[in-house]
Amino acid sequence: MTAAVAPAQPSRDDAVLDISGLVRHFTGPAGTVRAVDGVSLSIGRGEIVGLVGESGSGKSTVGRCAVRLDRPTAGQVTINGRDVTRLSKRALRPLRKDFHLVFQDPSSSLDPRMTVGAIVGQPLRLHRLASGDALRDRVAALLAQVGLRPELARRRPHELSGGQRQRVSIARALSVDPQLLVADEPTSALDVSVQASVLNLLADLQRERRFGCLFITHDLAAVEYLADRIAVMYLGQLVEQAPAAELFADPKHPYTQALLSAAPVPDPAAQRSRARIVLSGELPSPLDPPSGCRFHTRCPLAVDRCRTEPPALRWLAEGGGRRQVSCHLVADDGTAPDASGRGAAPGAPAPEDASAR
Amino acid sequence: MTTSTAPPALSVRDLSVVFRTPTRVVHAVDGLSYDIAAGEVLAVVGESGCGKSVTSTAVMGLLPPTASVGGSIRLGGRELVGADERELRDVRGREIAMIFQEPMTSLNPVLTIGRQVGEVLRRHQGIGRREARERAVDLLDLVGIPAPAQRARDYPHQLSGGMRQRVMIAIAIACDPAVLIADEPTTALDVTVQAGILEVLQSLRERLGTAIVLITHDLGVVADIADRVLVMYAGRGVEQAPVGELFDAPRHPYTRGLLGAVPVPGRRRAEDGRGRLQEIPGLVPSLTEQPDRCTFQPRCSYADARCGERRPALRALRERDERNEGYEEGERSGTERHEAACWHPVPVRPVLSEHPEGAERSDDAECSGTERSEGAECSEGAECSAECSGAEPSESAEHPEHPERPGQEAAS
Repeated sequence: MTAAVAPAQPSRDDAVLDISGLVRHFTGPAGTVRAVDGVSLSIGRGEIVGLVGESGSGKSTVGRCAVRLDRPTAGQVTINGRDVTRLSKRALRPLRKDFHLVFQDPSSSLDPRMTVGAIVGQPLRLHRLASGDALRDRVAALLAQVGLRPELARRRPHELSGGQRQRVSIARALSVDPQLLVADEPTSALDVSVQASVLNLLADLQRERRFGCLFITHDLAAVEYLADRIAVMYLGQLVEQAPAAELFADPKHPYTQALLSAAPVPDPAAQRSRARIVLSGELPSPLDPPSGCRFHTRCPLAVDRCRTEPPALRWLAEGGGRRQVSCHLVADDGTAPDASGRGAAPGAPAPEDASAR
Repeated sequence: MTTSTAPPALSVRDLSVVFRTPTRVVHAVDGLSYDIAAGEVLAVVGESGCGKSVTSTAVMGLLPPTASVGGSIRLGGRELVGADERELRDVRGREIAMIFQEPMTSLNPVLTIGRQVGEVLRRHQGIGRREARERAVDLLDLVGIPAPAQRARDYPHQLSGGMRQRVMIAIAIACDPAVLIADEPTTALDVTVQAGILEVLQSLRERLGTAIVLITHDLGVVADIADRVLVMYAGRGVEQAPVGELFDAPRHPYTRGLLGAVPVPGRRRAEDGRGRLQEIPGLVPSLTEQPDRCTFQPRCSYADARCGERRPALRALRERDERNEGYEEGERSGTERHEAACWHPVPVRPVLSEHPEGAERSDDAECSGTERSEGAECSEGAECSAECSGAEPSESAEHPEHPERPGQEAAS
């Protein structure tokens, strides 16, 4: 790859986060839930990667494994070039200042008995990076950076609005200047206008501090706004990965096409002229995922090969090798069938039960 | 879209809902009016605590006794405010029905879904058990549940979220009600599932002529299915318009802010690749009083002295209000009308929706300086909004709908 083209996948040494072959299974009385089944993903310095998928796709589990809140069943998680997959809690502790997580619900992720100042300053204290007046100054500066007034430091979380609380958790996460931030649905619990200000804040801070960010969400519009690159998950596996604009302009995988077509856009004229791909059936159980391509049970384009042979996630030649897709029907040159049934690519099989209405 | 000549299926006039507790009074809904005709979809949008769910709960007569309801709610000629519980029980489920955000908590976990659908029919139409079961299967089929005869024997936990919401819809439409109130029906669902539910609602409106009041905060859903939109802010209606017009030319500054706050795929990217979303400074006001002023005034960059002194009513605007002079009855009537409760409605700009948000923001600054004489006062207003956002009323304490959490997930 030439230097002129922005690298699609940062080389391993350059990556802030490198996940390779990540597997996380949960074994219970009902069997083994294959929540994550072989996910590989890299995030470069200063890059925002969006991880999207519907409930049950395993995206949050990937996020939790990435910051080692959860221990992967198999695979490798490398942060800043250091393999953290098997490190013990104690060994991880000093490393934790390099990566942080922001959760969906700020009410349950902030200790109700601590003041805002203590919450934001806690990572600094624990890592012995500041104390006394220096700590107070750092906290005040952090609150200012996330747009909170300094006197809020003496308040407790219940005295704040939802948006303010989420700002507090962002300030806490960034207090130790991490190189990796994992944000798991950070705006889903917020109102539209509050969500806008939190998204703007994340974008500003990221531009300023250049941390790598894994942004996990089901909100496609938010991820398009924020992310440089987007990875799409379905039933524990990645089905497609591409630069954000390219993914939205030209989704290759039938699932990505269906997902994008199903998300309504806030523009009546545009929304009503779109073809919507309504998927048949339901998300199969991760206890017993389908054979072959995991999407074949709902894919309007599935052929026999899809039912037996699992497609590999492979790089496409198109667009300078910056796109990855796992679908038998997508050619190496990037020619992809249209799951909406309109203008299917030549040679692509006719849709069997595509219900684009 | 429907004509304005038919009598409305549901007509709400000057509705007010006040919650009184020993320590305080909350004006959750304050003078709200709307009409909806058969076969029409009216979207009620607004953020948490704006009173959109309280309004529909009031229409259903399901508010707790601590609430006092004023004004008028007329359903097909029958007055519901002040009606006794027995009368309401006859109306509910038969003439008006409601579906909620979280279907799992609205369904009875120990009864089969077929029985729950049939129950409504037996209550209102007095039909027998067997016939009710058959009709239930038909209804499950109507809302797109595959293999309805087998599914009717399932319990709610055996179904996915999307299927449960379809069951809720089947129960709601069992007696062919004139009005269906859908309170955030797809908020708890994934987008691919949401698409299916929206299609069911769409087909109900087309096939049965049901009037649908759709309560949502998702402007994408509004754009998809609504005919007309009512925007609520702090318990009051602030703007009402046909859907295309509302998105193309929002006249109330709050509506404009709301639309600008939503990321639209493909519309991002200013100079360095990332545009900014529009923010609305400040916080939602407390609902403990009914001020005689515009409740959006502290957060509004267009506000002047008048906005702080007199409450603007929701009234029709002229189609092209170029001089931006406030109200005058429009030519259009009924459902076609564009109404806003604002002393200084935002002027219509022909290609508003084509602008990236960044450009619009600079537009704002320009227009407040040049198009209006009160430029100086206006900048005061902007300062004031900054101050007010500093005043920080504790938002969580002011939400009558879900006092314990200010997030938007509650409402069920």
